[in-house]
Amino acid sequence: MKSKLRWVPIGVLAAAVMSVAVGAAGGEPREVLGKAVRICLECIGIG
Amino acid sequence: MPGMYRDRVRGAKGPRLSFQRKTQLLSAALFNGYAIGFQKGKIFTGGAKAVCVPVLNCYSCPGALGACPIGSLQAVLGGRKNFPFYVLGTLMLFGVVLGRAVCGLLCPFGLVQDLLHKIPVPKGKVPPRIDRPARYVKYGVLLVMVILLPALAPTGTGIASPYFCKYICPAGTLEGGVPLLLMNPNLRRALGSLFHWKALVLAAVLGLSTVIHRPFCKYLCPLGAFYALFNRFSFYQMGLDRGKCVGCKQCERSCPMDVEVTKHINSPECIRCGKCKSLCPTGAISSGFSCRATGKVEGAQKESSGFN
Repeated sequence: MKSKLRWVPIGVLAAAVMSVAVGAAGGEPREVLGKAVRICLECIGIG
Repeated sequence: MPGMYRDRVRGAKGPRLSFQRKTQLLSAALFNGYAIGFQKGKIFTGGAKAVCVPVLNCYSCPGALGACPIGSLQAVLGGRKNFPFYVLGTLMLFGVVLGRAVCGLLCPFGLVQDLLHKIPVPKGKVPPRIDRPARYVKYGVLLVMVILLPALAPTGTGIASPYFCKYICPAGTLEGGVPLLLMNPNLRRALGSLFHWKALVLAAVLGLSTVIHRPFCKYLCPLGAFYALFNRFSFYQMGLDRGKCVGCKQCERSCPMDVEVTKHINSPECIRCGKCKSLCPTGAISSGFSCRATGKVEGAQKESSGFN
C-alpha cells in the first residue's frame, strides 16, 4: 500500500467508530428499530 | 496450486461448494434466521432489528433479523431529517474493513444473481461503450434516490418516502413482498400499480441475471456504490504478484464484474468473489488482510490465507 494510503483506512475506521457512537448516543438505533419492526409497505410494493 | 484449479486437476472429489458460495449461504441463513416468520407470514420484531446488517437484505423479509442499511439510511434522512451518524458509521465500518467483499461474499441478493447466472442460456456481455457509463448509474441512485430525495423532497406528513425501496429495490420485492403477499390475503387485496412496477423491475433484474453476470450489482445497487468508494484502501485487499503472473488473462476472462485484474486488481468494481484467484494457474493472485494494494505480495506463505 502506498505510504499516503496507509493511514487512510485507520482514519476512516476511527471516524466510523465515532460516527456510530454519536448516532447511538442520539437515539438513532431506536429510530432504525421503529422502522424495521413494521412491515415497510413501500419496500414490498404497496405503500 | 490454488483452489478450483487444483481441484480440477486432481478431479477426484467431485463438485464442492466454493468458499464464496459457503459464505453466501451462511450469511443468507444468518441474516434471515427467523424461520418462523416465513411460516406465519409475519416479520421479526426483536431488538436485533436496531442493528444494520452489511448487505441489501430487506427488513420486511419475514426471516430478517436485522435492518437493511439502505432502508435505514432513507428512514433516518426522511424522518427526523437528522444526519444519519449511526447508519453511515456502520456502513463505513463494513466498507473500510471489507470493501466490496460484502457484495461478493455476503450479499443474499448477489447469491440470487449468481445462481441465476448458472442457468444454461446463451450468455452475453454489455458492449464497453454502454457498460462503462452505465456503471456510474449506481452512484446516481445512491445520491438521488437514497440521499437527496428522502432528505429534501417535500411531503405532507413530514416523513419522506424511501424512494429507492419504493420504486427500485428488487431485493425488497423478492425477499419481503413475495413471501408476505403469499402468506397474507389482506396485503394481497391492497396490491396496485406500484407493485406491478416493482414486479416488473424484479423480473427484469432476474431475467437479465441469467444472461449478464450480476446486472443489479454492476449498474443499480446503491450499497455496492457506497462500498466501491472503500475498495482501494479497505483493510481486505486483493493482491497480484507480478513476478508470478504469466499474462494468460484467465483471471480477466473469468471475472464476473469484468475487472481488468492485471491492471486494477482493487478496482471499485471488484467484488472480491475470488474467482480470479481460484483460476490463476500460477497462484499470482492473493486476497486477505495482509495483501498490499500495490498489487505485490510478500511471499507464498501469506497467499494461503484466502479463499481456498
